[in-house]
Amino acid sequence: MYAQLVDTGVKRVKTLDEMAPQERHFQEKIDADIKIEAKNWMPEAYRRTLIRQMSQHAHSEIVGMLPEKNWLTRAPNLKRKLQLLAKIQDEAGHGLYLYSAVETLGADRDEELEKLHSGEVKYSSIFNYPSRSWADMGTIGWLVDGAAIVNQVVLQRTSYGPYSRAMIRICKEESFHQRQGYQILLEMMHNGTEEQKAMVQDSINRFWWPSLMMFGPHDSDSPNSAQSMQWKIKRMSNDDLRQRFIDQTIPQLELLGCTVPDPELKWNEERGHYDFGAIDWSEFYSVLKGNGPCNRERLKTRRDAYDNGAWVREAAHAYAKKQQQEAA
Amino acid sequence: MTTQHALTEYLLRLGDSNIILAQRLCEWIGHAPVLEEELALGNVALDLFGQARSWLEYAAQLQGEGRSADDLVFGRNEREYRNLLISEQSNGNYADTLARQYLFDAWHYYLLQALQHSTDEQVAAIAAKGLKEVTYHLRRSSAWIKRLGDGTEESHQKMQQAIDDIWTYSGEMMMTDAIDAPLVAAGIVPDMTAITAQWQAHVSTTLTEATLCCPAQDSYMQRGGKQGLHGEQLGFLLAEMQFLPRAYPDAVW
Repeated sequence: MYAQLVDTGVKRVKTLDEMAPQERHFQEKIDADIKIEAKNWMPEAYRRTLIRQMSQHAHSEIVGMLPEKNWLTRAPNLKRKLQLLAKIQDEAGHGLYLYSAVETLGADRDEELEKLHSGEVKYSSIFNYPSRSWADMGTIGWLVDGAAIVNQVVLQRTSYGPYSRAMIRICKEESFHQRQGYQILLEMMHNGTEEQKAMVQDSINRFWWPSLMMFGPHDSDSPNSAQSMQWKIKRMSNDDLRQRFIDQTIPQLELLGCTVPDPELKWNEERGHYDFGAIDWSEFYSVLKGNGPCNRERLKTRRDAYDNGAWVREAAHAYAKKQQQEAA
Repeated sequence: MTTQHALTEYLLRLGDSNIILAQRLCEWIGHAPVLEEELALGNVALDLFGQARSWLEYAAQLQGEGRSADDLVFGRNEREYRNLLISEQSNGNYADTLARQYLFDAWHYYLLQALQHSTDEQVAAIAAKGLKEVTYHLRRSSAWIKRLGDGTEESHQKMQQAIDDIWTYSGEMMMTDAIDAPLVAAGIVPDMTAITAQWQAHVSTTLTEATLCCPAQDSYMQRGGKQGLHGEQLGFLLAEMQFLPRAYPDAVW
């Protein structure tokens, strides 16, 4: 999940009877699974929540390029280098889709970027973890994109039309890269040296818990979820998505021949799900507050890129203006 | 020198120039001035890596020693690399990167245009495929030269400086040596005279439109890349690029 904590600003979910006619009409559309489109009336809080969630999602795509770029110049062969480059390029493209979708809500891409740079709007906590080895390129593809896909597949049914359509497009590309990530790990585990296998296990050990945190806090600690669910911005709860992710990931882990750093992980016959250990929420909140291993570096990189590029953007504007004047 | 040996060397020069320039472009990812440029830079790099792979696979095949394109990319040291000096120049600011890209693209475009008529079928096929991509590269980089040259006062100065700084590395693209002669004779590669004229015309037109001064075509030009005599930066670039296969020689990825 690329938007982990989105404040709807709503204290209590209203019933239909409590709503003014316009709002009730809106909620009835949502209940009937009719998509909301840009020009439709929507509650201000719905608009704000979506802008927050979608811009967080867009920022995550952009910041998410950085841990992978880290290994782009060091990819071990041409095939992997091309795959990784194509993946990073797709992420930039996903960012573009999402910023476009955000703009349908009356937001402005540059203003949203400013909020990212000032720390007012977050991006996914996962990208504050360093990529320390080549195996991380496999793990990020498999686990991190895997978690994102579990979330995004559900978001294809989100109530806001432009967001839903962006998710449909993004999921198609994302699934492809996720398989490539898994392939990186499979190759190393099944045909690699002992050193490579250790590299893979070490990477899974480092990314397992942060990946589970991508789904956000427990439902009981997620006070804004109820409103997001009523608006059908969210279609499944954090805990349900996390469980789904674990259930589908463990067989893939077994096929790799790896383990997860969770002694409590066990199949529960009765529930038909895997049980798993407690997540370290203090780490989660600490990363969200800016104290993860790479928060400062990631934000500084984005800010510097933006600041250093100012003269280029200004030149492009000035040139475009001259061209327009000449044409007129 | 046999034609086959000459062609192998020629292919290495082409492939290496693409690889090294693409590697430089990768360094920009995450740092570009605007999101659309992240995409464009990645796009161009992807094309160049792809073309490099084709050229180097063919070179490896001609060598007949059972090596792969990967062996050539990750297993040769800087004295064995045959890339043009212009392709290894560091990124600098965005104007530096675009000056390097534009001068390279213009050369690349006319060269591939000629190479698609090569008497060597494989060379012709790789060139024809690459030309479609390079047509886009050239359109993009020449547009940026104009945008920055004729943008603001600051961008104009930076663009002029970038052109002036990189100019001395542009001549090598047009230089020929003993490798070229037998290949030109066999119709495998073009004579550089016509391409040089096309390149000069494109560059002087673009720079004029960009309100920039075109440095003298007869300025002193650096050489050596094609013979494996590189600047000091290439060693660092290769150290980074080749780290994994060098550190884990028995690994499969």
